[in-house]
Amino acid sequence: MTQVGVLALQGDVREHALMLEQLGCDVTPVRRVAELGAIDALVIPGGESSTQDKLLRAFDLREPLLERLGSGLPVLGSCAGMIMLARDLVDGITGQQTLGAIPMTVRRNAFGRQVDSSEVALVWEPDGSSMHGTFIRAPWVESHDDGVEVLATATGPDGDRHPVAVRFASAIATAFHPEISADIRVHQALLDLI
Amino acid sequence: MSDNDTATTPQVGTDLVKRGMAEMLKGGVIMDVVTPEQAKIAEDAGAVAVMALERVPADIRSQGGVARMSDPDLVSGIIDAVSIPVMAKARIGHFVEAQILQSLGVDYIDESEVLTPADYAHHIDKWQFTVPFVCGATNLGEALRRISEGAAMIRSKGEAGTGDVSNATTHMRTLRTEIARLTSLPKDELYVAAKELQAPLPLVQEVAETGKLPVVTFTAGGIATPADAAMMMQLGAEGVFVGSGIFKSGDPASRAKAIVKATTFYDDPSVLAEVSRGLGEAMVGINVDEVPEPHRLAERGW
Repeated sequence: MTQVGVLALQGDVREHALMLEQLGCDVTPVRRVAELGAIDALVIPGGESSTQDKLLRAFDLREPLLERLGSGLPVLGSCAGMIMLARDLVDGITGQQTLGAIPMTVRRNAFGRQVDSSEVALVWEPDGSSMHGTFIRAPWVESHDDGVEVLATATGPDGDRHPVAVRFASAIATAFHPEISADIRVHQALLDLI
Repeated sequence: MSDNDTATTPQVGTDLVKRGMAEMLKGGVIMDVVTPEQAKIAEDAGAVAVMALERVPADIRSQGGVARMSDPDLVSGIIDAVSIPVMAKARIGHFVEAQILQSLGVDYIDESEVLTPADYAHHIDKWQFTVPFVCGATNLGEALRRISEGAAMIRSKGEAGTGDVSNATTHMRTLRTEIARLTSLPKDELYVAAKELQAPLPLVQEVAETGKLPVVTFTAGGIATPADAAMMMQLGAEGVFVGSGIFKSGDPASRAKAIVKATTFYDDPSVLAEVSRGLGEAMVGINVDEVPEPHRLAERGW
């Protein structure tokens, strides 16, 4: 059975785990280095990215995780997870670090505060179908290198469209939360990378 | 809303974005702060959010008088100082304080018994707001009544400002026991259960079916040490509010970091032992038994 880890330092770990179990995966919460070893893919959940970053470093998980990501571990990050996967960050807290799995710059809290959090109709570019996105104090992709595939875009308060789902090599990131919907397509896309 | 509306305009303030916001706070620590400087310390320590207020519960308790919503200048100063979510407290039933807090852009409102209630009959009709609310509860019936009024997150009440965790323990255990009881009842006994809980039947049926509240449940009230936070997590809390426990202690920054780590590794005694070392003085605290009954905050709200 496919073993998928969910980084369980902070955030909506349970929702990701339920969705992965629904897809037939065996789910491992990952809080320790040893738990990174056995997994075929990893999810970095929604939550507070600055907290996740601090705990990753405090418990010496950052370097081993970078190593596994460097050797092509399939990974999905939603919201805070998208921030964690970015190479560069705008509007992070002082000293906040990211994992750099995707050559993109992400703007934290780009869509605004909680009163601006919203449900938005999106187009899932891989097959042109519609998708319902739940954005909660969500980031967006400010810019990215060539080779980063944009999977969905949404209109920001600035009136411009910004990438809100991207794929690069074995990494997928979404600014919205597929895990709190009933839509399995994003998680399935992760499993397809294994 | 119709499907058609959803297709054209983003929908703000929906149940999903309100309850979803609380899901993102899970496994985290929300810290009471009274100044922008404290908010920065909390953010740097790894808080998932801060609660902006004028006086921490320990000071409200010792200074007395009517406790109200904080000055908008203070709330705005804290919003400007940090980029993590900012919550603020409104008095029970004071819907205008809530309107003001929403207009300031706070990310969550705590309709809180720590402040002096403004209405002894009605809580705020929380469905009328775009901003989500967290409310305190001492038992399942109270939690479901708050959810039926629109609360998107529940916390135990504990006895705020004491550093005595015993009431929070009671509330978490009561919630757990009452939920477990509902799941064991035959369906045809849920009608009477709803009557006894004084809660809407559909919510009672939902809890009986799922074995959990339909919203995220945190703990609050008297949490002062990493061990307190971990104990609440082991009792089923999904995250922790720390009020006076951090900034009334000897070394707030270290204690804040330790409680953050303890909340993540709540089930690992070796980590808990490590993070509990050398934190200096905990808040002195008061035993709940020594608080005269009229001054017990957990008994406010119903």
